[in-house]
Amino acid sequence: MTDAVPKIRLKGVRKAFGRKTVLKGVDIDVAKGESLVVIGGSGTGKSVLLKCIIGLLPPDAGSILVDGAEVVGLRGRERAEVRRKFGMLFQSAALFDSLNVWENVAFGLIEGRGMARREARAKAMDMLARVGLGADVGNLSPSELSGGMRKRVGLARAIATEPEILFFDEPTTGLDPIMSEVINELIVKCVRELGATAISITHDLGSARKIADRVAMLHGGNIVWEGPVAELDKSSNAFVDQFINGRAEGPIHVEVAAG
Amino acid sequence: MLAFPLQFLTTIGRTTRLALAATGQFARFTASGLRACVQPPFYPRLLGHQLLAIGYYSLPVVGMTAMFTGMVLALQIYLGSARFSAESAVASIVVIGITRELGPVIAGLMVAGRVGAAIAAEIGTMRVTEQIDALETLSTDPFRYLVAPRLIAAAITMPMLVLIGDIIGVFGAYVIGVNKLGFAPTVYIHNTWDFLEVMDVVSGLVKASVFGFIIALMGCYYGYQSRGGAQGVGAATTSAVVTASILLIGADYLLSEMFFAQ
Ligand SMILES: Nc1ncnc2c1ncn2[C@@H]1O[C@H](COP(=O)(O)OP(=O)(O)OP(=O)(O)O)[C@@H](O)[C@H]1O
Ligand SMILES: [Mg+2]
Repeated sequence: MTDAVPKIRLKGVRKAFGRKTVLKGVDIDVAKGESLVVIGGSGTGKSVLLKCIIGLLPPDAGSILVDGAEVVGLRGRERAEVRRKFGMLFQSAALFDSLNVWENVAFGLIEGRGMARREARAKAMDMLARVGLGADVGNLSPSELSGGMRKRVGLARAIATEPEILFFDEPTTGLDPIMSEVINELIVKCVRELGATAISITHDLGSARKIADRVAMLHGGNIVWEGPVAELDKSSNAFVDQFINGRAEGPIHVEVAAG
Repeated sequence: MLAFPLQFLTTIGRTTRLALAATGQFARFTASGLRACVQPPFYPRLLGHQLLAIGYYSLPVVGMTAMFTGMVLALQIYLGSARFSAESAVASIVVIGITRELGPVIAGLMVAGRVGAAIAAEIGTMRVTEQIDALETLSTDPFRYLVAPRLIAAAITMPMLVLIGDIIGVFGAYVIGVNKLGFAPTVYIHNTWDFLEVMDVVSGLVKASVFGFIIALMGCYYGYQSRGGAQGVGAATTSAVVTASILLIGADYLLSEMFFAQ
């Protein structure tokens, strides 16, 4: 698994906003067909990491290779070419509120791939069914959906074009346990059956154990631990232990006013 | 003793640097917007939608302000010209004033308030809710998908709006001239037509198109740059309208000089 060119390779990726350094030098490899789960506290830069890889935020330093080719600094047509490999579920779902649900799901097919509307609609309805949403939802506007439904529509939109690389930013947050399970299985299926490479962010350890081949923990701007999911519980890493056991005491300091 | 002037100079230096950076950013944005207007892919559906939203739905606002402008103009020019017994010139002055100047400028300011604000708010909301990021990840260029249709629609529809506004404004002046100021209808119409030159109208329509472009550009620019939730979108909307209005009057002067100064 390690001898081939990794699908995604990050070397020393640094990103700061003003004086605030969010990523201090992240190194990570994701092999083709692998499912990586990134865990870490709120505000540690997990979403920023995904946005750097997909090219929505320019890293300040470091290199990002996709299929062995540098993508930092790409613009215009070359950037668009790389983007076609990606699908992303945003943490906020980021549905287009000027379009209805099925048009959202079909967007990448119609605008990105030039598919005819009728055909794209059928595909979109099929995708909606896969995330547990009926055909009647397809004609609603995003503002008429619950938070969990928006998440699932965002997920359907991300996988509709069957991209090679999938990013899921908290795919199961806000879903009930049963629906979370459906989504976990769907993600596993995308990776196993479509051969996609996936990076997911989740706070839901149950979900992480289901979908991950490997887990990486982000803390303080660095990857503090990474390893196979089976080793999550015996990592003997203080950060990981504190995180998976949900303890308030440990190397990770959560600043709250003493009351 | 030296601390104050030094600090002062540093402040000037920093401000200048920020201003230059902002100018560069704006210039790049404008260039990308213009490029998106001429390079495919185009989005005819979205253009049609914007033509309606920017043009058609601005008609009532532009029509009503034009009507009142024409009416008040007729009244004021009549009262003013009575001081040197030049009342007969009212119709000609009104039509020249409306077509060259007031038609495009007042319509421009109204549309800046209505459309500039709407564009900034819509694109700003899309920015802060990550919809623009989502567009990009779905291989769609926001400049082609969002900016270009608005720029084109505004530049096309503003001249049409102004032409209609010119007609309504002149009609408003006619109503006052005939009913209140005692002009004979045929004489008033004659005086309107006889002194009007093609260039008066054409210059006004060219101005209108430039104003439309400025309004849409400022709306898109501030919306696109907006940060930080509802408050950021609110600030973007204000900036878009204020900046568009100032630039519009500035452009009005430059264009007038270009057209008419010998
Ligand atoms: N566009 C931006 N401009 C300025 N600061 C930003 C921006 N995006 C993110 N940040 C900052 O970067 C830090 C990391 O944000 P990020 O959204 O990546 O956190 P996260 O790890 O995804 O957290 P969560 O689990 O709560 O989603 C935050 O402190 C945030 O304030
Ligand atoms: Mg996040």
